[in-house]
Amino acid sequence: METHSKKMAEVKLFRTWSSRFALRIVWALKLKDVQYDTIFEDLSNKSPLLLQYNPVHKKVPVLVHNGKSVAESLVILEYIEETWKQNPLLSEDPHERAAARFWAKFGDEKVLPSIWEAFNSEGKEQEEGIVKAKENLKYLEEELKGKKFFGGEHIGFADIALGWLAELENVFEEVASMKVIAEDEFPLLSEWKRTFADAPIIKENWPPRDKLVTKYQAFREANLLNKAPK
Amino acid sequence: MADEVVLLGFLPSPFAARLKIALAEKGVEYEYKEEDLRSKSPLLVQMNPVHKKVPVLIHNGKPICESLIALQYIDEVWNDKAPLLPSDPGLRAQARFWADFIDKKEMIWAAKEEEHEVAKEFFDCIGVLEGQLGDKAFFGGETLGFVDVAVIPFYSWLSVFEKYGNCSVEAKHPKFTAWTKRCMEKESVSKSLPDQRRVYDFKVGGILTKLPIDQDL
Repeated sequence: METHSKKMAEVKLFRTWSSRFALRIVWALKLKDVQYDTIFEDLSNKSPLLLQYNPVHKKVPVLVHNGKSVAESLVILEYIEETWKQNPLLSEDPHERAAARFWAKFGDEKVLPSIWEAFNSEGKEQEEGIVKAKENLKYLEEELKGKKFFGGEHIGFADIALGWLAELENVFEEVASMKVIAEDEFPLLSEWKRTFADAPIIKENWPPRDKLVTKYQAFREANLLNKAPK
Repeated sequence: MADEVVLLGFLPSPFAARLKIALAEKGVEYEYKEEDLRSKSPLLVQMNPVHKKVPVLIHNGKPICESLIALQYIDEVWNDKAPLLPSDPGLRAQARFWADFIDKKEMIWAAKEEEHEVAKEFFDCIGVLEGQLGDKAFFGGETLGFVDVAVIPFYSWLSVFEKYGNCSVEAKHPKFTAWTKRCMEKESVSKSLPDQRRVYDFKVGGILTKLPIDQDL
């Protein structure tokens, strides 16, 4: 139908093939069965459109809906939730909503940087980094008690925000030869990783693993080289 | 059952002030507890075990941490009065974006060692926000909105930034200054923000006076 296909073209997502932040938006749109067009960006050569739609941060992801742009992945997730109400990602209960937002933020501000720090280290420094990362992960393990997903029975806002842990984190462990989320120490988180990674829609949209390994190997080598000798 | 609302805060904290303003705007009665951050209360540690930071909003015994998250919570629960976020999803996204912008910038300037660098980061941020304000009375339009509540608490810190930057905010950013004056005309704001002098003494002088919160200087 004319109207339906017009609607389909009205949502655009600017992303890169690997961005874990953009992946959140892919998952959210697909979970809500929203049709959209993808524009892949080369961050070393950003398109004029991207710069126009996200002049403040000049980053991906950016969602454009009916010509209006939304930037910052967690802000975009809230926008998607409010615009397309099917398959809600957030509870109706304000306290549960606040908790989901809290864990999403915790993932970005504490968990990710601590794992990234360990990833970009070696030897003793890496060991210390892993200890710090595990301190953060313990809170996530605790939060999963009695739940299948952070969102409860179904994938929710926090699961999508933390979703990079289910696949990308494995890549980090492999490339940096480290074990952070061990089964015996983090049984619930380990199980969540598997369940989330295998969930319909989620599992169809992971970036190619071998490409991720190559990319992050290069990152790690460059970062280790840049570190001042101790 | 009557609502029980407690706010754990710290006088100089602009993040705690955000929640004071929001609760005042919505006419919510609450108990305020001042934290000594050098010696955190068992309640704070229990209610915010992950970060052990203020502010923490406690509603009927359940905690909400992180100021912007708590602002949204307040807006959602006490939704009969003074909405902070507009109803349109696109405008809501913009408000969230700019509140997130200032928090990201705050992390940057808080991490700077040199005072003049702190000031530079702060004033750059103000410049961007001025552009966003345009000709509106408030970021929220005709009334205080989410971004106004998120940003105005830094008004209490202006003396500190002026000292660090060796400049006058009014001269550098007249539009921003006019906006702060409009905000301060509102009782919910003026009664919630600490006097600039007290914040200055705290940050620059290393003093935190033992005066009770509601005592004027």
